[in-house]
Amino acid sequence: MNTKTLSAPFTSSAPRHRLRLTLDRFGLPLVFILLCIVMAFASEYFMTWRNWMDILRQTSINGILAVGMTYVILTKGIDLSVGSILAFAGLCSALVATQGYGLLAAVSAGMFAGAMLGVVNGFMVANLSIPPFVATLGMLSIARGMTFILNDGSPVTDLPDAYLALGIGKFGPIGIPIVIFAVVALIFWMVLRYTTYGRYVYAVGGNEKSARTSGIGVRKVMFSVYVVSGLLAGLAGVVLSARTTSALPQAGMSYELDAIAAVVIGGTSLSGGTGSIVGTLFGALLIGVINNGLNLLGVSSYYQQVAKGLIIVLAVLIDVWRKRKR
Amino acid sequence: MAPPLLLQAEHVAKAYAGIPALRDGRLSLRAGSVHALCGGNGAGKSTFLGILMGITQRDAGEISLNGQPVHFNRPSDALAAGIAMITQELEPIPFMTVAENIWLGREPRHVGCIVDYKELNRRTRVLLEELDFDVDAESPMHRLSVAQIQLVEIAKAFSHDCQVMIMDEPTSAIGEREAETLFKAIRRLTARGAGIIYVSHRLSELAQIADEYTIFRDGAFVESGRMSDIDRAHLVRGIVGQELQSIDHKIGRECQEQTCLSVEGLSREGEFQDISLQVRPGEILGIYGLTGSGRSEFLNCIYGLTLPDSGSVMLKGKPLPTGVPSSTIAAGMSLVTEDRKESGLVLNGSVMANIALSAYKSLSSWSLINARKENELAQRMVKRLHIKTASLNLPVESMSGGNQQKVVLAKCLSTQPICLLCDEPTRGIDEGAKQEIYHLLDEFVRAGGAAIVVSSEAPELLHLSDRIAVFKGGRLVTISTDTALSQEALLSLAS
Repeated sequence: MNTKTLSAPFTSSAPRHRLRLTLDRFGLPLVFILLCIVMAFASEYFMTWRNWMDILRQTSINGILAVGMTYVILTKGIDLSVGSILAFAGLCSALVATQGYGLLAAVSAGMFAGAMLGVVNGFMVANLSIPPFVATLGMLSIARGMTFILNDGSPVTDLPDAYLALGIGKFGPIGIPIVIFAVVALIFWMVLRYTTYGRYVYAVGGNEKSARTSGIGVRKVMFSVYVVSGLLAGLAGVVLSARTTSALPQAGMSYELDAIAAVVIGGTSLSGGTGSIVGTLFGALLIGVINNGLNLLGVSSYYQQVAKGLIIVLAVLIDVWRKRKR
Repeated sequence: MAPPLLLQAEHVAKAYAGIPALRDGRLSLRAGSVHALCGGNGAGKSTFLGILMGITQRDAGEISLNGQPVHFNRPSDALAAGIAMITQELEPIPFMTVAENIWLGREPRHVGCIVDYKELNRRTRVLLEELDFDVDAESPMHRLSVAQIQLVEIAKAFSHDCQVMIMDEPTSAIGEREAETLFKAIRRLTARGAGIIYVSHRLSELAQIADEYTIFRDGAFVESGRMSDIDRAHLVRGIVGQELQSIDHKIGRECQEQTCLSVEGLSREGEFQDISLQVRPGEILGIYGLTGSGRSEFLNCIYGLTLPDSGSVMLKGKPLPTGVPSSTIAAGMSLVTEDRKESGLVLNGSVMANIALSAYKSLSSWSLINARKENELAQRMVKRLHIKTASLNLPVESMSGGNQQKVVLAKCLSTQPICLLCDEPTRGIDEGAKQEIYHLLDEFVRAGGAAIVVSSEAPELLHLSDRIAVFKGGRLVTISTDTALSQEALLSLAS
């Protein structure tokens, strides 16, 4: 009752505000659905179960990376090293798998390797105060080099069947990479939304100084998001090596750009503090559908790159306009 | 005959998306005078000034300069016509020098494109000397204090050879001594025939500098007249629209015997030296000092944002951990910071998230947030502090200054502190909101809390505090228990 009386002078602006909130929340899904409808008319194959499983499977790697990237970008950071970490972790886990240590050990090794490189990133950013762009740019090169050193530049093949199942196996009718992606997205969405840690991530990105005066361990939070990003890059590396049936040292080149694109299209601000996993999910799916759609239409991969670039710029432009209207 | 009108605005109106921000703005500025524009937050002052400067376009109304109707599409048009403005928001370019900042875009040049630095620096020195501002023309902006940056901003406005100068809260970031210098500069400008529109929430300042006044309320003109014909109470009545019951909060306040906060010999190199003081439950200790006296730095250090070089802080007889704000909060202390936008709020965060920000430990179990508790806390605080918001989920950046400040207070109170540190708790907010915050602080200490309030406004401290500690050059000069002290006496102690 009390809130009613308080809100009285604002009632004239409330519906407008609600409309804007609705657009903010559902704008991207709307674009996504529209694109799907257009594609469904353009190609009859598009709306088939098989094609959608393809889209989702192809999206899963980028999706897992993008979930971690969302955490980093929410704190006003950036992680350029996820592509290299992915390759390094994939190779580590494949090596462990071929030594016959079993699936659990192999997957753990990959995720651990990724998390460790994330720890180094986090230490550089949070404790040495190196700008995230520079710190992770360094890691991009270091991790890639280490990947080549690790196995003398050659791929790891002859992976055991149990391991390969992670990439090409199925859980009921759904591919295992898709299940992994879904579980990862769900867990990290819940953490961001329902835990104190999630709020701190938003607060640190929204205003570092205020977060500090409010008693939040700003350094710890900054450190942690790079570990999250590294850990998930490690997981993505494991899944990718299983899907391609071998761990390639040159895997995941420029994957960081697709991950960043998914986050940005999903409405997370590069200046930190606003955004969500759900947005990122749709961002990643949009990229997946565009790639798939252009393939189905027989557009050459050169044009596909141009199209993807245009869409990223457009998505951010819409965001800029929306903010200016306020 | 009365001096000619320099600038006249009539029936100026502006609406944003159908919601009027300004319905009827009027102002008549005489050459050679200082004209105070008064009004609470949301009275339409900023919109009106924005229209005068060509930042915002008006929907209706007439503006004339020297009798000629004018219409500015952009700030550079207004500047060209001789109207300059000093804004509240400071926007220096940090790695450029003072001189480069002042003459940005208007640098003296050789051959049309090479900057003549010798001439640039000479001009700046002349300008700063003329204004009597103590700032080095060649020092980079990021080395300056907030007060000095504000002075540079003022000097920049003076560097335009203007006939109308708009000053929006020019003293919000500077201390009394700098304000004195500014007033001298203003008088020199009016002596040359320029007119000044002066906006400030500090009413004592208006009485000191303004010749005439105009009051806006709820987006419309209320009244105008000569400053010498009215008193402070009349002005407050005009701004608030009703009689403000100015209660003497101190009556019947009893402080207890034991100490709540005890500071012993606290020092930090280059900021403050050897400060010892005690605060008891049930009392407000005011801290008065000029900018640079170390008062804010002192609070930040107690709170744990910086580490002291020596000395100790005890809260309820227990030593307070140093350098860890989260432990300080857990021990029962909160800090309302000097600048709510920079270090008080997460501006794009919701009202609820901001209120709960420090208190999540008590609102969660196993780090899972209890949404019901969080909502309850926010509801309770909104009610207790009379925060005006349509929804708890609105971002705080959409609120007025007074409401934002209340959100900061709500955040600080939600951890249930026993000792509250407030650094300029009423900066840049209107008279009504100020009274509410005074009332709140009084309530807090009456309930057994202890508070330290730092303020540049002597009347505020005299009104609010049981004792006043005076800081000067990083040292504690005296603690006065005589709150019947005059403002002049306080200022002379501090300078």
